[in-house]
Amino acid sequence: MDKTFKTRRQLLQAGSLAGAAAMFGIPALVSAQSDKIKIGHLTPLTGFLGPLGEYGTMGIKQAVDEINKSGGIMGRQVELLTEDSVNPATAASKAQRMLERDGAVCLLGEINSASGLAISQVAARNQKIFINTGGNSDELRGKSCNKFMFHVEAANSMYVNTLGRALLTQDMVKGKKWYFLTADYAFGHDLTRVASKFLAANGGIIAGEDKVPTDATDYSAYLVKIRQAKPDIVISNLAGTQITSFMKQYSEYGLPFAVAGFGFDTALAWGAGADNFLGTWPVIWHHDVDSPTSKAFVAEFMKRNGKPPENQAWGDYLAMQIMAKSMNDLKSVDALKVIEYLEKGAQFDVLKGRNGYFRDWDHQLMQEMFTVTPKKKADVKDKWDFLKLGPAVPSANESLEIIAPTRQENSCNL
Amino acid sequence: MEIVFFFEQVLNGLLIGGYYLLIALGLSLIFSLGGVVNLAHGAFYALGAYGAVVLTDYVGFGGALVLSPVLVGLLGVVFERALLRRFYQADPILSLLLTFGLAMVAEQIIRMIWGSTPLQYSIPSSLKGQIMVGDFIYSRYRLMMLGVVIAALIAIWLLLNKTAFGRVVRAGTQRPDMVAVLGIQLTYYMTAVVVLGVGLAALAGVLLAPLAGVHPAMGAEIMTAAFVVVVIGGLGSFWGVVLAAVLVGVVRGVTTFFYPPASEASMYVLMILVLLLRPRGLFGERIERFE
Repeated sequence: MDKTFKTRRQLLQAGSLAGAAAMFGIPALVSAQSDKIKIGHLTPLTGFLGPLGEYGTMGIKQAVDEINKSGGIMGRQVELLTEDSVNPATAASKAQRMLERDGAVCLLGEINSASGLAISQVAARNQKIFINTGGNSDELRGKSCNKFMFHVEAANSMYVNTLGRALLTQDMVKGKKWYFLTADYAFGHDLTRVASKFLAANGGIIAGEDKVPTDATDYSAYLVKIRQAKPDIVISNLAGTQITSFMKQYSEYGLPFAVAGFGFDTALAWGAGADNFLGTWPVIWHHDVDSPTSKAFVAEFMKRNGKPPENQAWGDYLAMQIMAKSMNDLKSVDALKVIEYLEKGAQFDVLKGRNGYFRDWDHQLMQEMFTVTPKKKADVKDKWDFLKLGPAVPSANESLEIIAPTRQENSCNL
Repeated sequence: MEIVFFFEQVLNGLLIGGYYLLIALGLSLIFSLGGVVNLAHGAFYALGAYGAVVLTDYVGFGGALVLSPVLVGLLGVVFERALLRRFYQADPILSLLLTFGLAMVAEQIIRMIWGSTPLQYSIPSSLKGQIMVGDFIYSRYRLMMLGVVIAALIAIWLLLNKTAFGRVVRAGTQRPDMVAVLGIQLTYYMTAVVVLGVGLAALAGVLLAPLAGVHPAMGAEIMTAAFVVVVIGGLGSFWGVVLAAVLVGVVRGVTTFFYPPASEASMYVLMILVLLLRPRGLFGERIERFE
């Protein structure tokens, strides 16, 4: 037995002291010895965006496990620090802690644009990269853009242009009356602003707009109003669990007007169920996308979680893979080197038909988008299989940039 | 034509009021007799909805409508006996902390078992469809819901006003000490009232599950509205709560018609107005213990 401990009691005392030190006092000392690369992940797990954050977390965990299994980043294992971002203020303080105290090399995640903005400011102050995986607001890529922030999630303009093309082919724009339901916070306002611009440019008419508080659960008063306004199409620019409740109650009232929405996440349609899902919606990725890497991602996700991934799982998974690939290619975790590499137009497999790349002037990932509509009842195989995936937008012979906002539309001075 | 649209919103507001009523009535009952503000009330509402999703596969919607509130009511027995009972005489802040903490624990447990994603749950096919009254549109399901609310309301009124049980509860609300002197042990009545209260919340959960998203935070979403209704109605008043629920429903409907962004805020404005004019609420009784 070791001579330094004279009695069993002393040994126990020393042991418990060390244990207490590890618990409270000096975690930094203990972790400083580890050779792991730390990645910070923040996303809302509670509140009306919680359902999406849960998928994001499942996605990034899968990415980290896959990366570690194939040798990690530059031979070092990746350690994921993942937490509930709650709101912009909490998100900022957690981001700061992850970067300054825990030593994270970069930050990923978020869904709420306001929280994303807060995190990006902390990241810029610390000269570390933040990849936004779920905040859609155009402003994040425009007025509020910064050198250290990249966007895997598509901008609102991209969603609007994707669905807009589908609506043009359905003849639902020119001379048609649109009725907007807008989520009453930054995301919804931005979306309706961009959508109204599209509508005006293509000769449509606004029949009405109602701003819906994010905690509204009852839509009957809005539905009664819509019925009186008799629009050609009802446009949902709602967010989070709002979309689920809206779909359920729209189908309850059985109104005859067409439905479409510019903001969409698959999990929310799943929550509404096959009985209630209706309309045409844009989606950034869907588990039926036909590409080999996408299929491998879906198969592994099903194995781990017993259900298919939705678009937010794809976003956080992809951001992690992009970060790992960049760092491995460069053999460096240095933020400035990674930024230079991404700005030079490095191509990435984004689990779709065509590769994607980041635009150098606003750091937006250029990529294909899709639309979804309800499947025929006969074709539905399981409770997640009632969304019919449309063709990729833009089509194969077009530039990926045609759906993205131009410099004039959304200026960013990096 | 405007006036017709307006009228339609008023009628629709009456319907919405029905569901506020179910949640608020239980809250008011527990508050009046026990003096405990049950911040965990929303959790029982959420459990009622999740219970409906699970049970419908086995017993259908009708079965779930009965069974889910009963099971949640049984949970209420445990809640009252193991936790709530210890806090009737204590500083009110302790019971507030207890039930607030419990609400968070319950929400997280739901999240751990069923996940954050809303669960699929739809109106049973036999109740789907709309009924047109003149030019007004009503969903068949909501009319059925209104029927259930009215039936529950009548049953509770009869229970409180026409039975020996109700007499003790009403007496206990005003003078628990006198009731004790008469040799009646209020503890059993309190358990029964809590069971009734959380059972009503669960019933509301089942009824709302086909309309709104069934997700872990659904309980937190409705809690403030329920409190506003209780405060407007006044403590200890059955009809006060009924009137307040209908008022809140109608005011929200009308605000949605004129200025939707204020639809959530409208009920708070109503509450402020009522409290300015009648500090005890519309029909609030003077309860000596709380003065």
